[in-house]
Amino acid sequence: MIEQIPPGLPLILGCLLAPWLPRTLKSAYLLLLPLLTLAHIWSLPADHQLALSIFDGAYTLELVRVDKLALVFATIFSIAAFLSQLYALHLDDDAQHLSGNIYAGSAIAAVFAGDLITLFVYWEATAISSVFLVWARRNQRSYRAGLRYLVIQVGSGVLLLAGTILHFADTGSIAFDHLGLVSPATALILIAFGIKAAFPLLHNWLQDAYPEATVTGTVYLSSFTTKLAIYALARGFAGTEILVPIGAAMTAFPIFYAVIENDLRRVLAYSLNNQLGYMVVGIGIGTELALNGTAAHAFAHILYKGLLFMSIGAVLFRTGTANGSDLGGLYKSMPWTTGFCMIGAAAISAFPLFSGFISKSMILTAAEEEHRTLTYLVLLFASAGVFHHSGIKIPFFAFFGHDRGHRVEEAPLNMRFAMGGAALLCVGLGVFYEPLYAMLPFPADYTPYTTTHVVTTLQLLLFSALAFTLLMRSGIYPPELHSTNLDFDWTYRRAAPALVSWATIAISWLQSTLRSLLSRVGTAAQTGLSRLATPPGAIGEPWGTGTTSLCAALLLGIVLVFYYA
Amino acid sequence: MTQLVPLQVVIPLLAAPICLLLRDRRYAYVFSLAVVWATFAVSVALLGQVLGSGPLSYAMGGWAPPFGIEYRVDTLNAFVLLIVAGIAAVVLPAGVGPGSRAAQDGREYIFYTAFLLCLAGLLGVTITGDAFNVFVFLEISSLASYVLVSLGDDRRAFVAAFSYLIVGTIGGTFILIGIGLAYQMTGTLNMEDLAARLPLVTDQRTTRVAFAFLTIGIAIKLAVFPLHQWLPNAYSQAPAVVSAFLSATGTKVAYYLLVRFVFTIFGAGFVFGALHLDAILMPLSIAAMFLGSIAAIYQTDLKRLLAYSSIAQVGYMTLGLSMASIDGLTGGIVHLFNHALMKGGLFLVVACVAERLHSTRLVDLRGLGRRMPITTAAFVIGGLGLIGVPGTAGFVSKWYLVLGALERDSILLAFLILLSSLLAVVYLWRIVELAYFQAPDADAAPIREASSSLIPACVLIAATLYFGIFTEWSAGVARSAAIWLMGGPV
Repeated sequence: MIEQIPPGLPLILGCLLAPWLPRTLKSAYLLLLPLLTLAHIWSLPADHQLALSIFDGAYTLELVRVDKLALVFATIFSIAAFLSQLYALHLDDDAQHLSGNIYAGSAIAAVFAGDLITLFVYWEATAISSVFLVWARRNQRSYRAGLRYLVIQVGSGVLLLAGTILHFADTGSIAFDHLGLVSPATALILIAFGIKAAFPLLHNWLQDAYPEATVTGTVYLSSFTTKLAIYALARGFAGTEILVPIGAAMTAFPIFYAVIENDLRRVLAYSLNNQLGYMVVGIGIGTELALNGTAAHAFAHILYKGLLFMSIGAVLFRTGTANGSDLGGLYKSMPWTTGFCMIGAAAISAFPLFSGFISKSMILTAAEEEHRTLTYLVLLFASAGVFHHSGIKIPFFAFFGHDRGHRVEEAPLNMRFAMGGAALLCVGLGVFYEPLYAMLPFPADYTPYTTTHVVTTLQLLLFSALAFTLLMRSGIYPPELHSTNLDFDWTYRRAAPALVSWATIAISWLQSTLRSLLSRVGTAAQTGLSRLATPPGAIGEPWGTGTTSLCAALLLGIVLVFYYA
Repeated sequence: MTQLVPLQVVIPLLAAPICLLLRDRRYAYVFSLAVVWATFAVSVALLGQVLGSGPLSYAMGGWAPPFGIEYRVDTLNAFVLLIVAGIAAVVLPAGVGPGSRAAQDGREYIFYTAFLLCLAGLLGVTITGDAFNVFVFLEISSLASYVLVSLGDDRRAFVAAFSYLIVGTIGGTFILIGIGLAYQMTGTLNMEDLAARLPLVTDQRTTRVAFAFLTIGIAIKLAVFPLHQWLPNAYSQAPAVVSAFLSATGTKVAYYLLVRFVFTIFGAGFVFGALHLDAILMPLSIAAMFLGSIAAIYQTDLKRLLAYSSIAQVGYMTLGLSMASIDGLTGGIVHLFNHALMKGGLFLVVACVAERLHSTRLVDLRGLGRRMPITTAAFVIGGLGLIGVPGTAGFVSKWYLVLGALERDSILLAFLILLSSLLAVVYLWRIVELAYFQAPDADAAPIREASSSLIPACVLIAATLYFGIFTEWSAGVARSAAIWLMGGPV
């Protein structure tokens, strides 16, 4: 019976009940839903499939296809849904609870999609449900950011659909298996995935929208959208060579932005982008080890990135700001949050005994084994950068550094539990990594704790810490300032509108020239033409009966000419 | 069981004058409801028979065709009959609405009479196998629909109905001229007979002129761009229930007529091979898709917005026809079905809005999501269908249209179809933004959901979702009709 229900669907539909429940029951119910989903996922028989035939049996939608790759992503998505819900439990905002759960449920269902159409449906569902987490802040700024986010996300879906149709026309199949970059159709699909995975130059929606979402919304957002894209890439484009340079660029360039950015949630958004780079490189390399590394890294990453967003979110919740320049010295008032943030920072920096170490080293080793020295070096450099901005900068500016005199309460209990849970998993995975390795798509006989790995990592981390200390001491380090950093999105937020307004000027100039030219030809012709050109006139308003009749006669003439020819 | 065939038209046709005699509002309502449901039952039975045992033929008055009038039901027109009768069965329970002129004067029976006459005319056009009979029923339905439009809420409805009458009559006359010329060339009015004899005279100019008049005449009734000008005023001034019925059936029957004349009477080879209909129809369809949607973006009234969107949607249907392929034609015919559901549902939603707000201006829709949550949600779902979001009926149509475009190796055409769908996002988003993101006016009184139109609206909107997933009865039938029209095995 339960196998007949696509996983994720109970979460999507179940949460719709929540608004009608009394408060305490609702909290328990909302917490129970992700756990039930997790149980549901693990109760599915291996290699289970659920198909639905549509279009009069012409096509078959594979609603559910269970394999190890899907299972590992669905598992971490359910865990993330649970932790995010716990973190958001204090909220009395049904809109956020609903959109968060529908969003998580769609992501889980998308992972099990066995064909591109089903994938597309859930792909768009994640986009549409998640935007409400941005809008839930209910101000103009977040509304506009949300709208930009929505346009780009839905655009990604439209590309996916276009690619799917072309792919279907090429091959006659809509199955979502390995696609590879072999045709214009799959190129479109790759771009669609790339937008959602925040490829360089396609990434700005991430840094734009995530920091504008609500405190709890960002935690949700950080878990699902981009990792769903990583899953889709791993499924469809494993071993596609171009992903290696793309991923390497992704790991490196956000670091610079992260260093100079002041809004700490935006810093985290940049570092999220950088972490995705490792996974994309892993997919590009495409060996069993690399793909295992990608899956494991996504698993670990969702936990520690969620934890970091939670801790900075708690700071924002209590102090009302997430700007590095307005924060500092919070370790006295928020000791728990400080501690959890430090664990998250250690995990993202891949300290030995933390979750980042056991996953990231797999990708690095895979790069090394394939003799991709340049990639390996870029990843190594990026690792130092990660430690620098996420490992040191975030905790330092928020909880230590200058004391800005915030005397606030510790984060609410549910937030502390959520952070505690995530922190526990970060450490737990770092020490007991075998259960995770057992879940990975390919058999993993990999030992993370070798002397070389540990020593390399420690060296890297210590020198990075040394660099930070020296720069701080000597005063060279960019100070915490209010500033706006120009990124590629400037092109479409400023340059494109400017271009459009220039074009408008040019066109209106052309129009007026044309008009004066025509006035010499004859006033009658001119009035007719200008009536056609002005929008509310010819197109937006029906013509009179006489004109219509004339039109019919004219068209009859044209048709006759065609028919005689 | 061929006796069912004439009943399809005779029941509503004879019921109309009875309805006029009943006078009383409630009697007329109950009686006409019973009539449309009986008509719908007949159409279901007919489609079942046709799918089971092939085309049905009935000779009127015992005069054997080709001399007498023949009623002929095949897959294609059984499908259209089902749509027309089905929409009438769902729409009519909504009643005429309290704002309409008929209700103001206490003469609702006029509405029910005209509605039944219009229904009888549309069904007659669809079912008949006689070309002149087509014209007769077309005039019956048109005259009834002018009356229906003139029942609108205020005096502007008269002007709209009058210009609708003028333009509609021109269209009817063109069709009559076309039929007359065809008769002159062949000496027969029976469609099957025409189809047999016309190929012998295709090189004659008169034949080509006959088809030219038919093309333009039907294009006026179908509101093909740029002959659509009667539609925005007529649909926006008519009572919303009438707009729902006419938009879901009137243009659809005209589309059926075009398909009938092109594919089964004149023949696709002649029309597309020698006359190059696609060279004219395709640019016009694309222009309609874009200009209709662009005009819809700039409208300030909900009914007008939907009316302009209808013009764009007609563009999709004619585009499918002009592709002259099985996939394209399937897309056109299934869009006929799906658009009937979507636009009918959306105009019924407008009827709900008009009943409570007494206005359909967009500015008055502010905060509607909180004031009438079910109505607004229904509108959004219907709107998603217009865009062509997967899971809704609109997606099925666009899927076939895009397949048809790709079959012609025209990536550009596929791109244009998808691009124009994005325009639909723009005009529907305006309403979503008003309804959900703006607060209602401070002095706005709390209102309830509408009474009689809400359930019919929800039925049609729910149907768009159902036929977005289960397409055996929409795309399946449309496909077998398209295969048959393109000359394949039934």
